[in-house]
Amino acid sequence: MNEWLLIFGMAVVTFAVRYPVMLLVGKLPLPERLFQALRYVPPAVLAAIIVPGMLIPDGQTIDASPTNSYLVAGIVSAIVAWRTGNLLLTIVLGMGFFLVYRLILGQI
Amino acid sequence: MTLAARTARREFLSGVGDTVPLIIGAIPFGIIFGALAVTSGLSPVAAIGMSLFVFAGSSQFIGVNLFAAGAAFPVIILTTFVVNLRHALYAATLAPHVRHLPQRWLVPLGYWLTDETFVIVAKRYDEDDDATHKHWYYLGSALSMYLNWQVCTLIGIVAGGSIENPGRWGLDFAMIVTFTGMIIPAIKTRPALVSVVVAAATAVIANPLPNKLGLIVAALCGVAAGVIAENAQPKPEVQPHE
Repeated sequence: MNEWLLIFGMAVVTFAVRYPVMLLVGKLPLPERLFQALRYVPPAVLAAIIVPGMLIPDGQTIDASPTNSYLVAGIVSAIVAWRTGNLLLTIVLGMGFFLVYRLILGQI
Repeated sequence: MTLAARTARREFLSGVGDTVPLIIGAIPFGIIFGALAVTSGLSPVAAIGMSLFVFAGSSQFIGVNLFAAGAAFPVIILTTFVVNLRHALYAATLAPHVRHLPQRWLVPLGYWLTDETFVIVAKRYDEDDDATHKHWYYLGSALSMYLNWQVCTLIGIVAGGSIENPGRWGLDFAMIVTFTGMIIPAIKTRPALVSVVVAAATAVIANPLPNKLGLIVAALCGVAAGVIAENAQPKPEVQPHE
């Protein structure tokens, strides 16, 4: 299979949701409903990515135990993000906690 | 240097400076992407090609995951489209500010639009001064994110080839923690919370669907739930003047 075909396809659809929108807004009458729906796309997509990533780290079975370092560190990260609202701090503390926790559990 | 050139330069540099914290956040993300891409079977040239031409971190992560799982190309491309649909909102928000620019500006600014640059640039456009060179600020933010992403991808490609079993470190958690940091502060209203909860629950329930189709189903359910919740809210009552 040609991997460049895949990259071309991904590049086209990604460019298509960025540039043309910049060009058309204000020139074409776009319904308010569309914008209302678009506002929910970022949180919905990100939640649909991260929550299975925490709960189903192997991609197959749900693991809600304290030995699931993805879940525990994910909850810690969420608390840091909620209390501080600081992205960089969340990344540093969350990633740091994750690595230390895995080390303690002997997962590294 | 003319006054205009000096102003442009200052805007450009402050765009770079204000983006630095987010660049730091993107560093592990980019390195891990490079490492994951080569360990999932993509050639090193294709891995950097994806960063150069697609330039959308989360969809690149999901793309190589699907590629490793042997998903069909149309499925990967459709998933990329849904995951990146949020950029349409960013583009629409910035459009009134950049509409006056010529095409040679609009094409790269559109191409380089990311979550991080949007957050930074939208803030700058909201500042109530009549600066005429804010697109240079945008360029500084976008270009520094782009260059950083390429360098980090390269480091990851090299590292991925030399580390034994990179999955053991669980560094894919970098994407989870980054998105957690972006999403939690954005949940400010009840409909946003409803949208997130429905999307997350659907994603877990629909996980067994082939080709990670559960992601698309969950995103659509989350968006629908948010819209329904917003429309069901009682409208704020207008207080009559006394």
